[in-house]
Amino acid sequence: MQKILNWIDDRFPLTALWKSQISEYYAPKNFNFWYFMGSLALVVLVMQILTGIFLTMSYKPDATKAFESVEYIMRDVAGGWFIRYAHSTGASAFFIVIYLHMFRALLYGSYRRPRELLWIVGCFIYLALMAEAFFGYLLPWGQMSYWGAQVIVNLFSTVPVIGDDLGTWIRGDYTISDVTLNRFFAFHVIAVPLVLLILVAVHVMALHEVGSNNPDGIEIKDKKDPVTGHPLDGIPFHPYYTVKDLVGVVVFLIFFSIVVFFWPDGGGYFLEANNFIPANPLQTPEHIAPVWYFTPYYAMLRAVPSMMNSQFWGVLVMGAAVVMLFFLPWLDRGKVKSIRYRGSLYKGWLAAFVISFLILGYLGVVPVTVWGQFGEKVPLLATADKATVIARVLTVVYFLFFILMPWYTVRDKTKPVPERVTA
Amino acid sequence: MKPIRVLVGFIMLAATLAGSPAVSAEESGLRLVPAPAHRLDMESLQRGARNFANYCLNCHSAQYMRYNRLMDLGISEQEIRDNLMFSTDKIGSTMIATVPKADAAAWFGTAPPDLSVEARVRGKDWLYSYLIGFYRDEKTVTGWNNLVFNNVSMPHVLWERSGVQTLVETEYEDEEKAEAAVIAAKGLALAERINDHKYMVKTLAQDQPGTMSTVEYRAFVADLVNYLDYIGEPVRNKRINIGMGVLIYLGILLIFAYALKRAYWKDVH
Repeated sequence: MQKILNWIDDRFPLTALWKSQISEYYAPKNFNFWYFMGSLALVVLVMQILTGIFLTMSYKPDATKAFESVEYIMRDVAGGWFIRYAHSTGASAFFIVIYLHMFRALLYGSYRRPRELLWIVGCFIYLALMAEAFFGYLLPWGQMSYWGAQVIVNLFSTVPVIGDDLGTWIRGDYTISDVTLNRFFAFHVIAVPLVLLILVAVHVMALHEVGSNNPDGIEIKDKKDPVTGHPLDGIPFHPYYTVKDLVGVVVFLIFFSIVVFFWPDGGGYFLEANNFIPANPLQTPEHIAPVWYFTPYYAMLRAVPSMMNSQFWGVLVMGAAVVMLFFLPWLDRGKVKSIRYRGSLYKGWLAAFVISFLILGYLGVVPVTVWGQFGEKVPLLATADKATVIARVLTVVYFLFFILMPWYTVRDKTKPVPERVTA
Repeated sequence: MKPIRVLVGFIMLAATLAGSPAVSAEESGLRLVPAPAHRLDMESLQRGARNFANYCLNCHSAQYMRYNRLMDLGISEQEIRDNLMFSTDKIGSTMIATVPKADAAAWFGTAPPDLSVEARVRGKDWLYSYLIGFYRDEKTVTGWNNLVFNNVSMPHVLWERSGVQTLVETEYEDEEKAEAAVIAAKGLALAERINDHKYMVKTLAQDQPGTMSTVEYRAFVADLVNYLDYIGEPVRNKRINIGMGVLIYLGILLIFAYALKRAYWKDVH
C-alpha cells in the first residue's frame, strides 16, 4: 500500500494535497450550526449531479415528448420516481442551504478582508445556481415551466434598443419552443454545471488559502503555537470536521427524506400543481409565479412601476438587487466582523433586511391583489394594491441595507473582541 | 440572542407566510367538499377503477397509466382483461379513450383532458366537488352547468345515477353574512360579489332523484376520485412505505454518527 502511494506521490502530489487541504487544514474549533451549510451545499451538488445523470438517461428534450418522458420516469423507470423527486427536492434544498450559507456570512462578516474574493466567487456560484435552476425548470415542459421561462426571457426583451433581438437570440425562436427546450437542456446538463463545478473548486481553494472565518470573526492564524506553528484555536479539518459534518449530513438527509418520501410537492412550492398540465403556448395561466427561490426578486420586479413606457426599470432593480451582494466587502466598514460584537445598528438593519427578503419572497408568490386595496380616502395611495405598496417599501429597505452600510457600520457601538475564540 | 434562535424565528416567519394559501379556492368564494377517499382503501380503489373504465374512459384517456399497473390494487390480470379493458387487448397498454380525441373535440367544443395527472393539478377535493357539482341549466349547450367549473363543456354523464340538482341563489347585503351562509350551507357553496351591497350565495338542491340515493352517489364519486388520485401517482403508497424504512435507517445512522463525533471531539476544549 505504502509502495503504491509512494509511486503515485512521485508523480502526483496526492499525499501533499490530502495534507494541505484536509488532514492538516486547520479550521477554527468553534464552528456552530451555521457552518454545516458549506458541506451540505457540496453534498446537495453531488446529489444533483448524480440524480441528474440518471434523469438524463430517460428524459427526452423534445417539446412533443418531454412532459410524457417525465411521467414515464415517474411510472415506468425502476426507481425513477425517487430519482426525480430527489432532483426536484434537491433544487429547493440547494437554495435553502445556499441562502443559509450566505446569511451565515452576513452574521459573522465572512466576506470581510481577507475573504473578499472568496465571497465574490460565492456570489458567482449563486448566479450560476440561479441560471441552472432557471434552465432546469423548463425541462418538465409543464404550463409553469413554459410560462415561467416566457416571463423571464421577456425580461431581457425589455432592454432598450436591442431587447427584441436579444429575446429572440436567447429563445432561438419568436416564442419558447422546441428549439428553446433543446438549448436549455444543453445549458442545464453541461454548460452551467461545468461552470458551477469550476467555481466551487475555486471557492474551496480560496477558502483553504485564507482559512475559515468563525463565529467570533477573529483570525485564528494570529495566535499560533510557537512549537508546531499550528493555530492555537484550530483543529485539523480531518478527522474533526469530517465526523462533525457527517452528523450534519445525516440530519439534513432526514429532513430531505421527509420531503422526498412524504411531501414531494412541498405544498405546491417545490412542485407546482400547474406544472402537471403540459405546456400549452395558446393558453396563458391565470397566475404565473416563479419558483419560490426567485420570488423576492420577482416581487421587486413587479413593485417597480413602468416608466417611459418601459418595464426595464424593474429589471434593472432586480439585477441590482443581486449585484449589490458583490460590493458587500467594501460597503461594510465596521470595526468588528461578527454579529456577536456588533452594535444594535447593524443588528437592526440585518433583521430588517432578512424580514424584507422573506416578505418579498412571499409577495412574489401571490397575486398583487392579495391584501386588497387602500380605500379611496387614503391620501396618495387611494385604490393602490396594498401588496404593491408594501413591496415597494421593502424593496427600498433591501437596498438601504447595502447603501447605508458604510455609515451605520461605522457609527455602530461595537463591543471589544476577544483575543481567542470563545465557545 | 443566539443565532439558532434567530433561525427558528425566521423559519416560523417563513412558514407563516408560506402557509397562507397562494390562490386558494376560498379566495374565489368557493367552498369545496373534502373528498372522503383514502389511499389505502383497496376496495374503494378497485371500485373506482371499474367506475373509471365504465364511465370516463369513453372520452377521457389516462395515457400514462398502464392497465397492468392495476395489479397494484389487487386486481388480477384476468379480471383486468375481462372487466376493464375495452379499447385494447394488450395488458401493457396505457388507458386510451375509446372515442378519438378529434371526434370528442368536435362534439364538445374542446377535447376532454387526459386524466392521468388531473388529481395532481386540481386536488382530490376539487374533483369530488366537481363531480357532485352539476346542476340543470337550460342556458348552456349541454343543459348542464357546474358550481365548481362554470360553463364547463362536459355534460353530466352520471346524471341518471345522481338525479337532477338545481341551483339555489340567495342574496345577502354584506360580505360577512354571505360568508356565514357559505359555511352554514355545510356543503358545496359559492359566494359571488355582485356589487358593494349585493352578494350572491349559490348552493345546490336535489330536484329529481336518480337511480342512486345521494349517499350512494357520493360514495360512487368518492371511489372514482380515489382512483383518479391514485393514477396521479401510482407509486405513492410504495413511496410512503419506503420512506418509513429510510427514516428508521437514518435515525439509527444518526446515533452512530453522533457517537463518532463525540468520541473524536472528546479532547477539544
